[in-house]
Amino acid sequence: MSELTSMPMGKALTAGLRAAMERDDHVVLMGEDIGPLGGVFRITEGLQAEFGPRRVIDTPLAESGIVGTAIGLAMAGFRPVCEIQFDGFVYPAFDQITSQLAKLTSRTEGALRMPVVIRIPYGGHIGAIEHHQESPEAYFTHTPGLRVVSPSTPNDAYWMIQDAIASDDPVIFFEPKSRYWPKGEVDFSDRALPLHASRIVRRGTDVTLVGHGAMVATLLQAAALAEAEGVSAEVVDLRSLSPVDYGPILDSVRRTGRMVYAQEAPGFTSLGSEIAATVMEQAFYALEAPVLRVSGFDVPFPPANLEGVYLPDPDRILEAVDRALAY
Amino acid sequence: MTSADTVNVVPADGPDLVRVLAADGTFAPTPAAEPYLDLIEALTEADLETFYRDMAVVRAFDRQATNLQRQGHLALWPPSLGQEAAQVGSARALRPQDHVFPSYREHVVCRIRGVDLIDIIRVMRGVSHGGWDPTDPANGNTHIYTLVLGSQTLHATGYAMGLAFDGRSGTGDPDRDEAVIVYYGDGASSQGDVHEAMVFANSFRTPEVFFLQNNQWAISVPVRTQSPAPLHRRAAGYGMPSVQVDGNDVIASYAVTRRALEEARGGAGPRAIEAMTYRMGAHTTSDDPTKYRTDDEESAWARRDPVARMEAYLRSRGASDAFFADVDAEAAAYAEDIRVRTVALGGIEADGMFAHVYSEPHPLMEQERAWLAEYEASFGEEQA
Repeated sequence: MSELTSMPMGKALTAGLRAAMERDDHVVLMGEDIGPLGGVFRITEGLQAEFGPRRVIDTPLAESGIVGTAIGLAMAGFRPVCEIQFDGFVYPAFDQITSQLAKLTSRTEGALRMPVVIRIPYGGHIGAIEHHQESPEAYFTHTPGLRVVSPSTPNDAYWMIQDAIASDDPVIFFEPKSRYWPKGEVDFSDRALPLHASRIVRRGTDVTLVGHGAMVATLLQAAALAEAEGVSAEVVDLRSLSPVDYGPILDSVRRTGRMVYAQEAPGFTSLGSEIAATVMEQAFYALEAPVLRVSGFDVPFPPANLEGVYLPDPDRILEAVDRALAY
Repeated sequence: MTSADTVNVVPADGPDLVRVLAADGTFAPTPAAEPYLDLIEALTEADLETFYRDMAVVRAFDRQATNLQRQGHLALWPPSLGQEAAQVGSARALRPQDHVFPSYREHVVCRIRGVDLIDIIRVMRGVSHGGWDPTDPANGNTHIYTLVLGSQTLHATGYAMGLAFDGRSGTGDPDRDEAVIVYYGDGASSQGDVHEAMVFANSFRTPEVFFLQNNQWAISVPVRTQSPAPLHRRAAGYGMPSVQVDGNDVIASYAVTRRALEEARGGAGPRAIEAMTYRMGAHTTSDDPTKYRTDDEESAWARRDPVARMEAYLRSRGASDAFFADVDAEAAAYAEDIRVRTVALGGIEADGMFAHVYSEPHPLMEQERAWLAEYEASFGEEQA
């Protein structure tokens, strides 16, 4: 019988990092303000005191430097875990991630492995200022050589960060920052799913709602509201953004015949676009309606005062559900 | 005569310049070279002859590769013509346990470390993106080439951080302590990654030497556009000792690198070297230097040719015609061998592009790989 512990995602991540560091002394954490402060979101709180400054490294304030030196450390046998302070601060490291980190295994025909994890707190819902609320996941899912994941629950966060660190490939680990604080049950004894599995988190019969990260909570809210209106919505948590585990999604769509993808990112050439196209290719005859997308608008993330308008909320998701059901 | 506004890049010697061989090959150490004379006196006749042989052979290789590109056998070639002394001197200063992060023009550095230069040819012929296995001991801890300028300085710094973290450096045993050398150029010196690498290197006191080959030109842009001040002086801003050396003097290049590496491996922190040299050829075979530099400038630098300089010095020490004839024969044979092997290089299997994108299984990759195999096989079936 497994024992469950209730904790917020932030603390589950701390516990996951600690477990990975205890398991392998070449796991090192690198980032800005991650030492005595514990990071701006306190995810590394206490870890420098526990493991020392060589394992939990306060770096100079330079994102390309963090990722570029992590690549060199990986070449030297380390498993670096980089913290990018906020989503909008990752772009200075773009070359090191997409041209260097993603390609070195391929360029060396497998001789060099790149076990580097890049943690990025992402997304809106916290009323933050500019560059602190973006969802840049499509830039990275578009890059062969990278793996991209995003947990939506404390339990997934605890296990997925350890699996990401154990991977010999680079993993971009998107943490939905608005979900750092709500508590959930963590099972420390049993990993429920592999890193790259998607999961049906709510059963339903009329429509399949798919999303990742913080949007999963919004989809569950929408599903509860739909139920009150007599519509049975199934919800799929993507978990892994690259590769995508299409099994549970296609299984669900073949039963419901309808699908809505919700995401915080702008919709044009987004993850939702790719998944919608694939579902229409692979489940065409099961569909009763086109796959619909509910996204952030194709504008820069607006000032926080408009965040509630920009971000998909249960009402916008239900509006899409109504359209899907009207076909 | 050139007009005042002509872009001529023949810098005057600064007071910091380390040089032991004058342009005509006479032994004439500058005042800045005095601290290195012990290292130079320790060089044997065989060492000096090896330096010359390295330079002469790679020059023949480089000319052959340029010709191969002109004849359509290579997509591109970045010539190392003129930079042989900086590269040979620095590479011969390395110990076997050291690690090399090149840019993309350090052909002779790779050769000295053990890389088969056909592997560089393979990259430039379009049959490989990396060329060689950097983890194979036969390749002397030589990392693969990098075309995104300056990005390798961060990899080198991270690697050197790892050496320090693991106690593989700074123990005081020079036969065991490892160090890193990273090559970059005057153009790359403007890249943010080089700045960040120097910040990290000095914050973590890495066992590392930043080796800047200032060949005066970043394709068509003269070094003064990168910096109005001598580039080696930037090191002071990071708290890092630096030295400027005549990069066309192989002996001086050897000595300053040897000293910097020993200091770095001993735990003294990173060191910077600016080697003043000249790209006598084009940036690559896609370039046309006549559009941006003068005959006067090229002639002035031709008089500083690093190979001719070393030949004159060796002759003054009594090297025989037979020695030079032997080197010439080796160089010609090496270049011919490269030609034969280049032309014999085959194509590569399409399946290979999927093989190592990830270290662990990836469903999309496997799906596309299987589809392509089936698609290609379908043409065979039609013919049959």
